[in-house]
Amino acid sequence: MKPHLVIAALLAASPALAQTPQLTVYTYDSFLSEWGPGPAIKQAFETECGCVLNLVGAGDGAALLGRLKLEGARSDADIVLGLDTGLISAARETGLFVAHTIETDLDLPLEWNDPLFLPYDWGYFAFVGNRGEAHSTSFRELAESEQKIVIQDPRSSTPGLGLLMWVKSVFGDEAEEIWAALADNIVTVTPGWSEAYGLFLEGEADLVLSYTTSPAYHLIAEEDDSKVALPFSEGHYMQIEVAGKLAATDQPELADQFLRFMLGDAFQSVIPTTNWMYPVVLPDGGLPDGFSTLIQPETAILAPIDQAGALRDLALDEWLRALSR
Amino acid sequence: MLRLEALDIRQDDFRLQADFAIPAGSIVAVIGPSGAGKSTLLNVIAGFFPPVAGRIIWEQRDITGLPPAQRPVAMLFQDNNLFPHLTVAQNIGLGIRPDLRLTAEDQNRVAEAVRRVGLDGMEGRKPGTLSGGQQGRVALARVMVQRCPLILLDEPFAALGPALKSEMLDLVAGLAGETGATLLMVSHDPTDARRIAPLTVLVSEGQAFAPQETGPLLNNPPPALADYLGGG
Amino acid sequence: MPGPSDWAALRFTVLQALLSALFSVVLAVPVARALARRRFRGRGLLVTLMGAPFILPVIVAVLGLLAVFGRAGIVNQALGGIGLPPVQIYGLHGVVLAHVFFNLPLATRFLLQGWQGIPSERFRLAASLGFGPSDVFRQLEMPMLRTTLPGAAMVIFAICLSSFAVALTLGGGPRATTVELAIYQAFRFDFDLGRAAVLAVIQMAVVTVAALLAFRFGHINGFGRGLDRPFRRWEAEVWHLRILDALALVCAALFLLIPLAAVIWRGLPGLLDLPVQVWRAAIVSVVMALSSTLFAIILALCLAYLALARHRTEAIALIGVAVSPLVIGTGLFLLINPFSDPARWAFVLTSLVNALAALPFALRVLVPALRDIVRDYGPLADSLGMSGLSRLRLLVLPRLRRPLGFSAGLAAALSMGDLGVIALFADPERATLPLEILRLMGAYRMDTAAGAGLLLLAISLFLFWTFDRGGRRDVEA
Repeated sequence: MKPHLVIAALLAASPALAQTPQLTVYTYDSFLSEWGPGPAIKQAFETECGCVLNLVGAGDGAALLGRLKLEGARSDADIVLGLDTGLISAARETGLFVAHTIETDLDLPLEWNDPLFLPYDWGYFAFVGNRGEAHSTSFRELAESEQKIVIQDPRSSTPGLGLLMWVKSVFGDEAEEIWAALADNIVTVTPGWSEAYGLFLEGEADLVLSYTTSPAYHLIAEEDDSKVALPFSEGHYMQIEVAGKLAATDQPELADQFLRFMLGDAFQSVIPTTNWMYPVVLPDGGLPDGFSTLIQPETAILAPIDQAGALRDLALDEWLRALSR
Repeated sequence: MLRLEALDIRQDDFRLQADFAIPAGSIVAVIGPSGAGKSTLLNVIAGFFPPVAGRIIWEQRDITGLPPAQRPVAMLFQDNNLFPHLTVAQNIGLGIRPDLRLTAEDQNRVAEAVRRVGLDGMEGRKPGTLSGGQQGRVALARVMVQRCPLILLDEPFAALGPALKSEMLDLVAGLAGETGATLLMVSHDPTDARRIAPLTVLVSEGQAFAPQETGPLLNNPPPALADYLGGG
Repeated sequence: MPGPSDWAALRFTVLQALLSALFSVVLAVPVARALARRRFRGRGLLVTLMGAPFILPVIVAVLGLLAVFGRAGIVNQALGGIGLPPVQIYGLHGVVLAHVFFNLPLATRFLLQGWQGIPSERFRLAASLGFGPSDVFRQLEMPMLRTTLPGAAMVIFAICLSSFAVALTLGGGPRATTVELAIYQAFRFDFDLGRAAVLAVIQMAVVTVAALLAFRFGHINGFGRGLDRPFRRWEAEVWHLRILDALALVCAALFLLIPLAAVIWRGLPGLLDLPVQVWRAAIVSVVMALSSTLFAIILALCLAYLALARHRTEAIALIGVAVSPLVIGTGLFLLINPFSDPARWAFVLTSLVNALAALPFALRVLVPALRDIVRDYGPLADSLGMSGLSRLRLLVLPRLRRPLGFSAGLAAALSMGDLGVIALFADPERATLPLEILRLMGAYRMDTAAGAGLLLLAISLFLFWTFDRGGRRDVEA
């Protein structure tokens, strides 16, 4: 293969359909995979809007925000989809986003009224283990148990950060103590969710930090009911994934249309079995069967978005101190 | 005629001076104690090492500043005279065109050279599969096709047995005689010099002396040469 | 400015890289020596297979290692079976173990190249002088090792310096924080490009110091070149050395091949029904690997020529492996963004960055070989007037065939296995195989991911084997 041919092919491949309106949505990479929501959503929206939907992947949520900051107002993106609650305040500070105009009626465990960002799915973090083993029902019990856990590093992973905020929100000033008590349970800390989940499935740990919805995947896609999420009495930290419209968009109407579409049935109904999260608007057909077997946390926890940044820095220092001993 | 005009060669502590002429078409042995600078003298003539002063004149032309390939010189080194990854024919062909784009006529010349050195049928072999004598013949065949008027031998046959070495030297002397080339050969062995070289350049104590007749020089050596020859 | 936690990260990073480099090269000595002086059936296959860990995506290789050394791995099951307590792989020793697993094959290849650089005539001479094995070691092998070991250790040190996933996954927690992770944090948490750049500069500075030290102690002194004859090692033809060599080879093979077998075993079921996206990604990866290889070879040849004149050129190339792909990717992004959409250049950029990553390895084998060529055949080529392209075509390329084949194979395989910067500019239509594996894992499809990992391993090995073979074919004739 000659390099200049490759370049030519690359240039030729970028769509040159000037007439058809185009909407560019930046999202995290796994959203786009064949097993993610991307393909179904692209097809459904393009049928509806008579436009071209460009889904562009950029790593994970944090990398997505990083890319947006790098590009600034020059960005081609009209919509960013895939930031989570931990990133919202940082995203807001960029000043790149503009308020949406969508009326919402969301099925969320808590009130949502952010002017810039609209949720599209949500879930609870939870430890996932194998059915039939004696499992802890709280962080304190886990810390005293012999159970081995594998978690993600909050500095490189969204679930890792979620766990950090979970412990901090529940225990406040005692968080460091809890981490110190958990230290001997932690087999290892991985850079991302995939590595941790992989280690757990290979039997390296009894529990892995994941989502309450993880067992649904095994049940629905693999007909395997051996995985369970552990209900914790302290409550479960939430992850809400959101999308926002960029101020510099050249397709404001189309962007609004996409945000409305995002809360519609065509989008929401594919979320449970592709992103393995809860939809923010219950689809007409309800949730897939396997979801009824999932644990339903009684207490949903989420740090106030404005305080998330400061809390996070504090919690990270405690985490590092406790686990570096 | 090869003229060395007030050549001054220095390398660290080593120093060698030369100022003489060698008649065209002559065969000259270069003899002297180990480390006296015999190889260095040849390397300077071939263009691998620059003198600090003086000139090298070939047929009225100053070649002191020319790169090796532009000098009228074909040189054989102590070792590494053949490329191991190329065939016999390719190694010889390099003497005609260094890019090996040979015409049919060039190839005929290569074949002729192969025949002359008695290596018929070995054109496709790699040097690693040949004996030492055969490798020497390949190198000579290349010198033959190079058609250079000045041939420098830096003891390329030192590793061969006496009989084989003599055979090679006869071959190269015959070749030089045929084309009228001037031949300079470094030698450790006085019998080599007596055998083919009517003239001898003595290199000793920082000086390369003008060529003298080999027989009288060896029969009646000056003290430095006498020491080297071991009294006889 | 870097804080105390950054210095702690730097200390850990340097420590683990030092230990990893040290163990890799020391353990490679008996293995390379055994390969250098023994001829047996399947030797070529063993050499190729042993190189496999180096080109595997980190997570696939780590899972293979854990199948052997993990909590539920073979070793611990065996220990449990005879009533012994389990060994814990997580920690500094686990990080070093994994790095040795990745880099022992590389070190072995470097040293093997060194052994093959000793002309067979020397061993013949040694045999004729009645040298015993220890004399041969002192007179021939030790001088070669003195010049080869520092360079090999330096390259491995540089690789381990930017370790991120291995160090974190097997390090067991924030004690095992590397500079690379600190860079990640600077990007993700604080979006502090300045801090990320400072950390990247520190990383580079460490590599540069290491490289200068290695050049200081690793003089390249010459071994005269022989006539490429296959060689025989008379002094080693005694039974206790045969046993020693067999032992070294068996241990290395077990250490490297059992985790590999686990990868294969784990991947086989998934390999049978890989989705079409995986195959598409495989094609993208192969095309990218080939173009990376081309870039790498051209760059390596140019730099090798420069390195002949200036020793330290080689050190510059090392920076390519030691600097985080995140930093390189972001840097390129910032460079291109004002002029064009970086995503458009994803393919070319990734090829180029992958090529850069292969450069230090290519130079390590090319520079000494080129130096030998210039020393041994330069005068002859000069006197024959071989210059420019003829010299390249008739002398340099043929004489460099073996190291070039090895370099090309390595460049291709590395590019195949590298997630690299493409993740930053990801284009869903042109995902590479490693990226696809990550996506599969991210979508819970661990079995399919394992299958895709096996496919990646097979393609990488095939590419490496083809190039490497091509380089070695009839060189010995």
